[in-house]
Amino acid sequence: MSTPIDYLLHLADNAVVLGQRNAEWCGHGPILEEDLALANVSLDLIGQARLLYQRAAEMMGGDATEDKLAYFRDAHQFRNYTLLELPHHGPLVGYAAADRDYATTIVRNFLYSALMVLVWDKLQQSKDAGLAAIAAKSLKEASYHLHHSRDWLVRLGDGTEESHARVQAAVNHLMPYTEEFWTTSPAEGSAVAAGVGIDVWALRPDWDAMVNEALEEATLTRPNFHGYVTEGKIGLHSEHLSYLLGEMQTLARAHPNATW
Amino acid sequence: MYTQAMDIPDESGKKLAVVPGTASELEAAFEARIAADGRIEPQDWMPDAYRRTLVRQISQHAHSEIVGMLPEGNWISRAPSLKRKAILIAKVQDEGGHGLYLYSAAETLGTGRDEMLAGLHSGKAKYSSIFNYPTLTWADVGVIGWLVDGAAIMNQIPLCRCSYGPYARAMIRVCKEESFHQRQGYEALLVMMKGTDEQRAMVQDAVNRYWWKCLAMFGPPDADSPHSAQGMRWGIKRISNDELRQKFIDATVPQAKVLGVTLPDPALKWNEERQHYDYGQIDWTEFWNTVEGNGPCNKERLATRVKAHNDGQWVRDAALAYARKQKERAIKEAA
Ligand SMILES: [Fe+2]
Ligand SMILES: [Fe+2]
Repeated sequence: MSTPIDYLLHLADNAVVLGQRNAEWCGHGPILEEDLALANVSLDLIGQARLLYQRAAEMMGGDATEDKLAYFRDAHQFRNYTLLELPHHGPLVGYAAADRDYATTIVRNFLYSALMVLVWDKLQQSKDAGLAAIAAKSLKEASYHLHHSRDWLVRLGDGTEESHARVQAAVNHLMPYTEEFWTTSPAEGSAVAAGVGIDVWALRPDWDAMVNEALEEATLTRPNFHGYVTEGKIGLHSEHLSYLLGEMQTLARAHPNATW
Repeated sequence: MYTQAMDIPDESGKKLAVVPGTASELEAAFEARIAADGRIEPQDWMPDAYRRTLVRQISQHAHSEIVGMLPEGNWISRAPSLKRKAILIAKVQDEGGHGLYLYSAAETLGTGRDEMLAGLHSGKAKYSSIFNYPTLTWADVGVIGWLVDGAAIMNQIPLCRCSYGPYARAMIRVCKEESFHQRQGYEALLVMMKGTDEQRAMVQDAVNRYWWKCLAMFGPPDADSPHSAQGMRWGIKRISNDELRQKFIDATVPQAKVLGVTLPDPALKWNEERQHYDYGQIDWTEFWNTVEGNGPCNKERLATRVKAHNDGQWVRDAALAYARKQKERAIKEAA
């Protein structure tokens, strides 16, 4: 059974975009151990993206390759959650500049990895054996990412007054973006219909429980949702993705015929 | 990555005390162990000057590893393929790991990481000057792997036999990883040299910019190297700067030929009589200028480290506060 390409791209784009973001801390972390930890997260995510792009490229045939998919598609062709493309700071327009905020990084990694442990766990049973194998490997990595980010969420929430305020602000900023997890895109719909994808909606109670429990332990409050539901996974992104891709793709696109 | 500046004095170096002449039993035992090429371990007695020299050298080395994350980190976001991106992140991560083992090795001598970092941030402690040059193109990443990690290996292999046990053991692990970095860097360059004209030009340009800086990594000529003699006597330094530099050049020239790049030194040629390559004059004025803080990137490198540290203060404070609370809770529960 083969998986709809758009669904593979959704999973791959999530991984590459968040991998790119996590790597931005390399050399700038709050403590050397965290530079290494976030580099690890990034490496795992880029590894996942490569496997998923390779699988998609194989199915697409022709001259498709993992790098063509990562480097030569434009922002509107990316299928990642909007949450993952945001810079490491509070709500500001695309061309605003601000310092990276570790709380934002941690909260985002937590919210996403809490989802992905559930997603990868279920995808291990995908009728697409290739995807199931990627899911089994990715599940172990996502569990580590969840562990790491949850530990820090609790430390920051129940740390100092300043860290509590910062991490609460990050939760308030990022939580609304998770609403996108629960809508069904056409790619997700057809993957479910084909028996290779999963119904994400069904994961919501488990995700809610995981998030609520961690927030409580961190002495944080969960904001009520109201507002805009993002649609990055169908290609309608924030202003931030084209900056991220502009940087990521610049060298590859300057030398389109080169191999590296 | 690495260290060059093994014997570059910083402020603590200038205060290096002369080993006292009194022949205490402890000192005699220390000297005997050094003479027999034995290892000194953290719990062993050692002269203050030996301890201070090691702390200075190991912390300089650790600082070099973490400052060295910045020039290569500069290309992570723009790496031209996902495979190269992953390789580069893993490499930069290894360098951070080297920093960690080295800080730990230095801590066994009684100086804490915070104190060492304060030395770096105040500009008092040095780090390898090679990282004060910019990485201008993607080829710099490959050239740094090939030449800078290559020079680091030459410098560090003798340190695997350093008289101080924890440092020697850290270096064994570091050297293994540096060799891997060197091979990966060279392989990336081989691929580029088989590619387009632009890629080949990029590689040659990077070699032109880095070659002389790499030769300077071995430190000043032996004649001008005041700390070397004591370091040799203590088994902290094993091979002189000039010998190491010559070994590096002799090993690198054939690699450059295979790669198809020209090393930018018209005086570079095989000397049948010496059985070594002759080479031209290194610009020591430029080198010292950069060591003194006036290279192209010194200010950016240091300010970036300081900013990361300062911006991270609230995170470290939170971790400490949380740990304290957890401990109090545990005590309360036990009571
Ligand atoms: Fe290295
Ligand atoms: Fe290193």
